[in-house]
Amino acid sequence: MRVTALNRKLLREAWRARGQMISIALVVACGIMTVVMMRSTSESLAASQIAYYRQYQFADLFASLVRAPTSLAARLGEIEGVAAVDPRVVLEVNLDVPGLDEPAQGRLVSIPPGGPRLNRVHLVEGRFPEANRGDEVVISSAFSNANSLELGATIGAVVNGRWERLRIVGIGMSPEYVYEVSAGQIFPDNRRFGILWMDRTALAAAAGMTGSFNDIAVRLARGANPDAVIDELDRFLEGYGSLGAYDRDRQLSHRILTDELESNRISGTVIPAIFLAVAAFLLHIVLSRLVRTQREQIAVLKAFGYSNIEIGRHFLHFALVAVVIGALVGTGVGTWLGRLLLELYRDFFQFPQLYYRVSWFLVAMAIAVSAGAAVLGALSAVRSAVRLPPAEAMRPEAPTHFRPGLIERSGIGRILSPIGRMIIRSLDRQPMRAALSALAVALAISILLVGSFMFDAVSYMADLQFRTIQREDLTVLFNTPKEASARHDLANLEGVSRVEVFRSVPVRLDAGHRSRQLALTGLGSGSQLRRILDTDLIRYEVAEDGVLLSRMLADIVGVSVGDTLHLKILEGRQPERRLPVAGVVEETLGLNAYMEIGALNRLMREAPTISGAYLRVDERQRTEIFERLKRMPAIAGVAARENVLENFEFQLEQNLLLSMTILVLFAGVIAVGVIYNGARIALSERGRELASLRVLGFTKREIAVILFGEQTTVTALGIPIGFLIGLFFVRAILGAFANENYRIPLVVTSSTYAFAAIVAISAALFAGLLVRRRLNRLDLIEVLKTRE
Amino acid sequence: MANLRQPDRLTGRSPGVEGSQIFEARNLTKVYHMGEVEVRALRGIDFDLERGELLVLLGASGSGKSTLLNILGGLDIPTSGTVQFLNQDLTAADDAELTRYRRDHVGFVFQFYNLIPSLTARENVALVTDIARDPIRPEEALELVGLGPRIDHFPAQLSGGEQQRVAIARAIAKQPDVLLCDEPTGALDSSTGQLVLKVLKDVNQQLGTATAVITHNAPIAAMADRVVRLHDGTIADVYRNDQPAAPEEIEW
Repeated sequence: MRVTALNRKLLREAWRARGQMISIALVVACGIMTVVMMRSTSESLAASQIAYYRQYQFADLFASLVRAPTSLAARLGEIEGVAAVDPRVVLEVNLDVPGLDEPAQGRLVSIPPGGPRLNRVHLVEGRFPEANRGDEVVISSAFSNANSLELGATIGAVVNGRWERLRIVGIGMSPEYVYEVSAGQIFPDNRRFGILWMDRTALAAAAGMTGSFNDIAVRLARGANPDAVIDELDRFLEGYGSLGAYDRDRQLSHRILTDELESNRISGTVIPAIFLAVAAFLLHIVLSRLVRTQREQIAVLKAFGYSNIEIGRHFLHFALVAVVIGALVGTGVGTWLGRLLLELYRDFFQFPQLYYRVSWFLVAMAIAVSAGAAVLGALSAVRSAVRLPPAEAMRPEAPTHFRPGLIERSGIGRILSPIGRMIIRSLDRQPMRAALSALAVALAISILLVGSFMFDAVSYMADLQFRTIQREDLTVLFNTPKEASARHDLANLEGVSRVEVFRSVPVRLDAGHRSRQLALTGLGSGSQLRRILDTDLIRYEVAEDGVLLSRMLADIVGVSVGDTLHLKILEGRQPERRLPVAGVVEETLGLNAYMEIGALNRLMREAPTISGAYLRVDERQRTEIFERLKRMPAIAGVAARENVLENFEFQLEQNLLLSMTILVLFAGVIAVGVIYNGARIALSERGRELASLRVLGFTKREIAVILFGEQTTVTALGIPIGFLIGLFFVRAILGAFANENYRIPLVVTSSTYAFAAIVAISAALFAGLLVRRRLNRLDLIEVLKTRE
Repeated sequence: MANLRQPDRLTGRSPGVEGSQIFEARNLTKVYHMGEVEVRALRGIDFDLERGELLVLLGASGSGKSTLLNILGGLDIPTSGTVQFLNQDLTAADDAELTRYRRDHVGFVFQFYNLIPSLTARENVALVTDIARDPIRPEEALELVGLGPRIDHFPAQLSGGEQQRVAIARAIAKQPDVLLCDEPTGALDSSTGQLVLKVLKDVNQQLGTATAVITHNAPIAAMADRVVRLHDGTIADVYRNDQPAAPEEIEW
């Protein structure tokens, strides 16, 4: 193809303005990168989930019960709509893990020799336990990794009151435990909670459940009605202490994975949309200003007989060079980062294989949006340039009709130096230009906030939860409810300085047709170690005459203060009760319902009974206390607040920190790119005027002050506006984000504001330095020689 | 104006009427509005340009000569009056037709050369030959103005006189029907200016291109076949030189 002179001009000028072209390309690239990175991560997780579930036969329905004869399973298999039933024995045990001070919690799950049909276990290494071997287990790979447990290692366990040594013969994972977390927890603690698969016969024998099962997984036939099957299952299992069958929506791992996928999908839509929109808008502004500085060349081309369309196409290509470079970089780097982020999800979610997916349609959309914005920006400027008769366009733009502007008339002018007045005047005379520049800075600031607020919010949430609300050192959970006197056993342990007991009852809340299953917690009034605080840190007290609900729960079941809740207690004979809603509290974490512990005991029609206790202990004796608790058969688990917090913060750093850092980096690049371009363009727009001032005797310093003064004013205006726009975006994201597990509070710390402002100011300074160099080279003779 | 839409009817190479006029402007006026000030740049001018002639439009700054040239070149439109180019009406042409007209028929030379700084001499000429219908090669055009050896230099590497010669090469490379020069020596010293004028004269004589040169510099009028003097938006004087001077003889 022949390279026309016009294309040569294009390439050469693109090269000469490479600083600007690169920064524009980077803005485009960052917008596209955000889309590619976030969308691909979210789509890949979703695809991996589907593939995993299908390949490893994830069950559709689940139920736990106290005990039922194995013969019942066959009858359950005959229910219409049931394709397969897998009866199991599931047992929560305390573990003594080598290298871990505190006891860990284990969940023993029975498997037939060769592995189960449903919720199939993917063996990472090793083999399945041999038949009848009660001392062999396959452990979950997350637990194995967290505790560096290898094949052949042994773990101590209290199984049904007996001390056993379990040898690890295999390491595996299952679709049932993609997110491996113990009941009631939100974040996984893979050091202290793990799944262990044991031979069915051996586990049944150890648990005293020979010939029985206490848990089932069910696979539905194609086209079956899950609700009908659930009703049918409940009818069969009612007499066996079932807590009610439930579908995948209430299966903990699936629920959290699905919520994560959903919030990923939302943030993978909202955040890139904001980034892309901001990048596109900035691109529009930058290109339209860039083209405007070429006004005279446009006129010359017109004089030679180039048509408006040819000229338009020329500048369009100019814009497209930047977009093409940006799109290539954005897609490439975005794909790479997407893979990287996806791998990080392995810390949270256990998948045998993650499939990386990029929706090329979305990538194409993102590129099209960028290109569209660039094209519109360039064309709108070209259009205004070609609309003028060439004779007129060839002259420099007519001096703007001067009058003292609003700002000057307000009297500020009098207190300013002549240079100050010039700065104000030039902003005042081109208010549109100044406003657009300030808006560009503001948008750059706003995405910096979008990139970094999440870290603030989550840190705040963790701090609130683990330092202000939870103040216990240890939480002890009994394996069955105990008489209230059990508290003395704990209080008598050496080093325990305070014991506050709680009662926890599994219930199903019903209001109309909506219901949720959760733990109703009974706390002592005036509790010190576990307080109920709302997001404004206002303390709530448990009530004796009703239940206190967290806001999310109240919203889900659709009740408010004074309404009556219908609740079915999923313990013992499963009685049903009615309770008024005594209060609703804005909590950030989980679905919670609280009562005064005595009132809860009365509701249960039981003597004072406790499920566990919060302890304050002497730090120096923590290890000894752990050792003792580990060996107490009545104790199902011990959790240390410190560990949970550390674990939470570790996960936060591992995962959130990286993606947030990348976002902030992108936002920073966009901010710098835009501000740098703003200053460069300001220089070319004002070059002649500034050079003329030099001719008149102004020093280099003085003209620099004028140019930077404008830029500084624009930046200073943009920063607070950016904070407001940023908060608006953040609010929009949070609104889309809230799910049942947590509600992220709108918290933006002053250091985040400061950070955003500093990035903007640094970008302005950096641009200023580069422009200053050019300012020093302004050609005075050229200015005198050309143009009137 | 339907016939102007068909460029072939506008070539002028074989005009239907065997007239000798390239331009025939009648009663031209042009009023500019500069903010609140009204500038009457042309106040009813009748003007002709003949085939093959070298015409100098003489006038002080603000006399209206640039306005007239811009209108003739299709860079501007008159407020009233008509301009015929080879018997076609320019004043009724729309933007696309004027673009076509400039592309096919007019060569421009500006006071400040208006070269594209990012393109070499050759490429600046190519900018025009790329879109012209029957151009000569850029190299040939640059030879004609005596710039063969500097063909790959960028404008910044050329002197003012050389830049202006590139501009002339660029204007003639399309073989225009008319060459319009706006103060071509205005930014040059007198010896360089002479050289540029010689190039214009040579082109006029060798290619027979009708050429209009506007200047405020009265001595230059000596080289013209015909001189039109403008004053304050009206024609003050028209006269013919029976013995046009050679550019080398002109001193200013």
